[in-house]
Amino acid sequence: MSEIATMLTDAIERLLEARLDDSAMHAARTGTWPSDLWRALEEQGVPLALVPEDAGGFGVDPREALDLIRLFGRHAVPLPLGETMLANAALARAGLPLADGPAALVPIDGAARIAWGRNCRTFVVETATGIARITDATLEHEAIDLAGLPRDAMRFHAPERAAPIPGKLIEHGALVRALQCAGALDRVLELTVAHVAERVQFGRPLSKFQAIQQELAKLAGEVVAASAAADLAADAFIADPADATFAIAVARVRIGEAVGRANGIAHQLHGAIGFTAEHRLHLFTTSLWTWRDEFGGAAHWATRLGDRALAAGKEGFWPMVTAA
Amino acid sequence: MIGFRFPSPPPSPAAEALRAEVRAFLAEALATRSPAARAESWSGFDRDFSRAIGAKGWLGMTWPKRYGGHERSAFERYVVIEEMLAAGAPVAAHWIADRQSGPTLLKFGTEEQKATILPRIAAGELVFCIGMSEPDSGSDLAATRTRATPVDGGWRVTGTKLWTTGAHHADYMILFCRTSGTTSDRQAGTSQLLVDLHATEGVTIRPIIDLAGQHHFNEVHFENAFLPAAALIGAEGGGWDQVMSELAFERSGPERFLSSMQLLLELIAVLREAPGDAARLALGRLTAHLVVLRRLSRGVAALLEAGENPAVHAAIVKDLGATFEQDLPEIARALVDAEPDRASTSDFVAVLAHTMLNAPSFSLRGGTREILRGIIARGLGVR
Ligand SMILES: Cc1cc2nc3c(=O)[nH]c(=O)nc-3n(C[C@H](O)[C@H](O)[C@H](O)COP(=O)(O)OP(=O)(O)OC[C@H]3O[C@@H](n4cnc5c(N)ncnc54)[C@H](O)[C@@H]3O)c2cc1C
Repeated sequence: MSEIATMLTDAIERLLEARLDDSAMHAARTGTWPSDLWRALEEQGVPLALVPEDAGGFGVDPREALDLIRLFGRHAVPLPLGETMLANAALARAGLPLADGPAALVPIDGAARIAWGRNCRTFVVETATGIARITDATLEHEAIDLAGLPRDAMRFHAPERAAPIPGKLIEHGALVRALQCAGALDRVLELTVAHVAERVQFGRPLSKFQAIQQELAKLAGEVVAASAAADLAADAFIADPADATFAIAVARVRIGEAVGRANGIAHQLHGAIGFTAEHRLHLFTTSLWTWRDEFGGAAHWATRLGDRALAAGKEGFWPMVTAA
Repeated sequence: MIGFRFPSPPPSPAAEALRAEVRAFLAEALATRSPAARAESWSGFDRDFSRAIGAKGWLGMTWPKRYGGHERSAFERYVVIEEMLAAGAPVAAHWIADRQSGPTLLKFGTEEQKATILPRIAAGELVFCIGMSEPDSGSDLAATRTRATPVDGGWRVTGTKLWTTGAHHADYMILFCRTSGTTSDRQAGTSQLLVDLHATEGVTIRPIIDLAGQHHFNEVHFENAFLPAAALIGAEGGGWDQVMSELAFERSGPERFLSSMQLLLELIAVLREAPGDAARLALGRLTAHLVVLRRLSRGVAALLEAGENPAVHAAIVKDLGATFEQDLPEIARALVDAEPDRASTSDFVAVLAHTMLNAPSFSLRGGTREILRGIIARGLGVR
């Protein structure tokens, strides 16, 4: 990692560890916007991490900037940070002014469940001709996701001029969620390994039982696959955001499955304590169950991939795979 | 982060240029090979084909030129082998030698072994087999009972190897056995020996027919067989560590997730005739799995290229890969009504039958699922 990115990552990791305790996590789940944390991360420059230097950013390598989103997933940070990063990157590309405060990515037909819509100040809204930067929006309906975090329906006013960008916003959002999932899955594995090493039954730590070890290995395999899938999507997006659909679809399909299996194993190995509101595990598993289906669910992305496979046919399928 | 992050495979323009060349070669060389024959994957045996591959410079690709190698990168080699597997080329005559035995000799062998054997492997002339498993030593490899006793000028070997793939074709075996101590010493006192199967007396090879009626593996019995002192590979007593380093090569390659590739291709061909939602969803899932497996496997190639021993990473790839390969026939039969029949004139039905019969071996050969998961658990620090 470059020096600037290491410094940024370290500073953010410290900040999250200091400020994002369980009480902050629970407060967010009653609808309290973590404003201090937002400000602190804003001061670190997180919203601009993907913006090129000549457009007002500060020159972080895009790969490392995207790794920050993994880190936010690892800590299940209850803020639309990845969305704001990608929103600013899109605005910069479109030659529009950067976002003021927290931002949302609103793909076509995507206004119904916006993370923290009520607190977002800028909405990057996709239209038939490109993206519009909208600041005038009304909260229409409040809802929550599986983690208890706000997902709001918004209505937009006064659409400003739309400008074209490469790629579709649903893909930008899907990439954010893929990276968050990879980070959170890593944490789920870590929590589970720690739990079975501590918890004693039949006079030994659970981790000494072979049945438990085999399940942990399966869990690790899913986590590794999800991580590689997120890397694939990130690499493709950085190389060319207009040509990342395939990689993002692959990531979303594979990660969606990984989440199902990994969460299942993690909860099983935690026993009843992991099923409580008090234990930390659900802070990650409930967000994972949410994130995997936002910005296009399993059917959406699998269908797109399946169509590509069918279009490629027997002859074109392998070349399609190696081109990814 | 305790998860094992796999490195991103670095872009390799040289490898991509090579890919086009390999594809063009295979399109011509395999023009008349039927889908059912292609489905044999890395069990398809053809010495002429292997010699042709050797002549192209596609064997021993990463080895030094002085041993007949071509000093190319692990990624170039990866391209060659994945293209061969995806096309269903008959690679068995060079597969074990190029993947495993050659690298073992290169790393641990004597100068004489390297100078005499490696150039012939790189030319596609030598078939190797692996003598590890025994009747009472399967997953528990350290329980080997085959013993090489030091005698004047060499060793006398007695014992039985089992499931030895390709022994009936092979020119050489790399034999793993005990050279000192007793079975209770476990890993200590084991060694690897190079056996010239044409020149060694006292070796009997008996076929074992598998459940699909195929003759791939064998029982190889050693009865007081004499091996010269020069047969020792590496250090006496170093066999266990040598074998463990070999297994990372054996476990992470594209053959660990491409065994059912022909079935996937035939499935696509059939589903294209009448695509429905179930077909699109299933193919989407399979595509996602395949692409991610390939990325993981290439990540291991990057680690190997960097000189690391990614045993845990390799175990993860093989475990996930075998699951994918074994899921394929189950998914195919859920999508297309067919009674599997190897003699069918439908390519899909014939390939389905072949794959279904061979699938149980995918999570056994090269280390079973349970053993791999044990290795992964140890990597997580819980064993
Ligand atoms: C097609 C094919 C080709 C092969 N080719 C070769 C070859 O060329 N050379 C060679 O040396 N070998 C070869 N093998 C052998 C292969 O390496 C062994 O089959 C494998 O190591 C397992 O040994 P086993 O069959 O004796 O099963 P066992 O070790 O008896 O295992 C049976 C079952 O018990 C499980 N098990 C065993 N020990 C444990 C444990 N401690 N904890 C939990 N579960 C356990 C296993 O996972 C497996 O599910 C081949 C096998 C196949 C199927």
